[in-house]
Amino acid sequence: MGRITASIAGGSGYTGGELLRLLLAHPRVEVGQVTSERRAGKRVVGVHPNLRKRTNLAFSRIDDLQRCDVLFLALPHGASGERMDRFLEIAPVVIDLSADFRLREAEEYPRWYGHPHPHPDLLKRFVYGIPELHRAEMRSANAISSAGCLATAAILGLYPLFAEELVDRAKPVVVEVKTGSSGAGAEEGLASHHPERSGVMRSFKPTGHRHTAELEQELTGPSGERPTIAFSATAVEAVRGVLATSHVFLRKPTTERDLWKVYRSCYGTEPFIRLVKENSGVFRYPEPKILTGSNYCDVGFELDEENNRVVVMAAIDNLMKGASGQAVQAMNIRFDFPEEAGLEFAGLHPI
Amino acid sequence: METECPECAGTVSIAAPEKGEIVECPECGVELEVVSVSPPALALAPEEEEDWGE
Repeated sequence: MGRITASIAGGSGYTGGELLRLLLAHPRVEVGQVTSERRAGKRVVGVHPNLRKRTNLAFSRIDDLQRCDVLFLALPHGASGERMDRFLEIAPVVIDLSADFRLREAEEYPRWYGHPHPHPDLLKRFVYGIPELHRAEMRSANAISSAGCLATAAILGLYPLFAEELVDRAKPVVVEVKTGSSGAGAEEGLASHHPERSGVMRSFKPTGHRHTAELEQELTGPSGERPTIAFSATAVEAVRGVLATSHVFLRKPTTERDLWKVYRSCYGTEPFIRLVKENSGVFRYPEPKILTGSNYCDVGFELDEENNRVVVMAAIDNLMKGASGQAVQAMNIRFDFPEEAGLEFAGLHPI
Repeated sequence: METECPECAGTVSIAAPEKGEIVECPECGVELEVVSVSPPALALAPEEEEDWGE
């Protein structure tokens, strides 16, 4: 079986390290280069100690990147947007984990990111990176933009209800996401300093979170009707994990059995989505803790018949299905590898 | 026998069903009682409520 060469631009952060862990174990991939400007020449295991005895690679400089089959960009937001022309010359397939090419419409960037897009001409070339929504486009895409972690969990929970036109669009969909600390990245700051971060239940973005734009984009109906998304984010005591709890008001009354059918028909054959709604046991609904290191998105729901409301819960590991795992899944689809290749880890229990 | 879970409408397969047998739905995990073999029929067999902790 032939192997492709994959390189990572910006490999010293958490998503870069997670990508490297996955790619080193991938049966169809040879890792080419991993870049870091600050750590060029130094061993990658210096910042990714879990990879000791897995690789002898040292960090390269971004300007020294050689041609490869697929280039992953795990750079800070804003950094890939400026250099995308060059990245597209280095590899026939580019998968960008930053937010720089997630939104299709250039005018959304000033609204959500506070600046005009540096390359609006390239936006339409990118496929939004949730395979469950865009698998067919990914098969021939040369540019894929990995989805935001909070957006991934929320969208995957809500998508079946929107696809089946069950949502009362006159009412907002309220989405509350809880996230662990690794979602904030590897750059230290006062908010992530241990005495400040440890034990928090901190509302850090009650309104105006940038991932709202991804929900609006992906849940817009076929005739262009945008959903009203009321999105809030809370930091909780965890390193990895996202739990999105969404409150959806329906157009007409339904039953739990019908909701089961909707979710099963949408996700029944998806390799990385599990419907989790059980009547007994400790883990009755999606729980990020047991997904640590896995690429699963667990989705559950509960119907509030009195208010014609569905509460949808979706859980992921933010560094996996919310970033690097989902990017490798996209690569597998693009190169026609088995979709689960390199992503077989089931998570841990107990943990 | 193959029939539908009354809770989640998932498919429940039982190799050698016996009336009164308790089985678990593979999709939603609810306990079900085989109330009829021919025609195949299942009914919810509610477990005792447990204190799940809050």
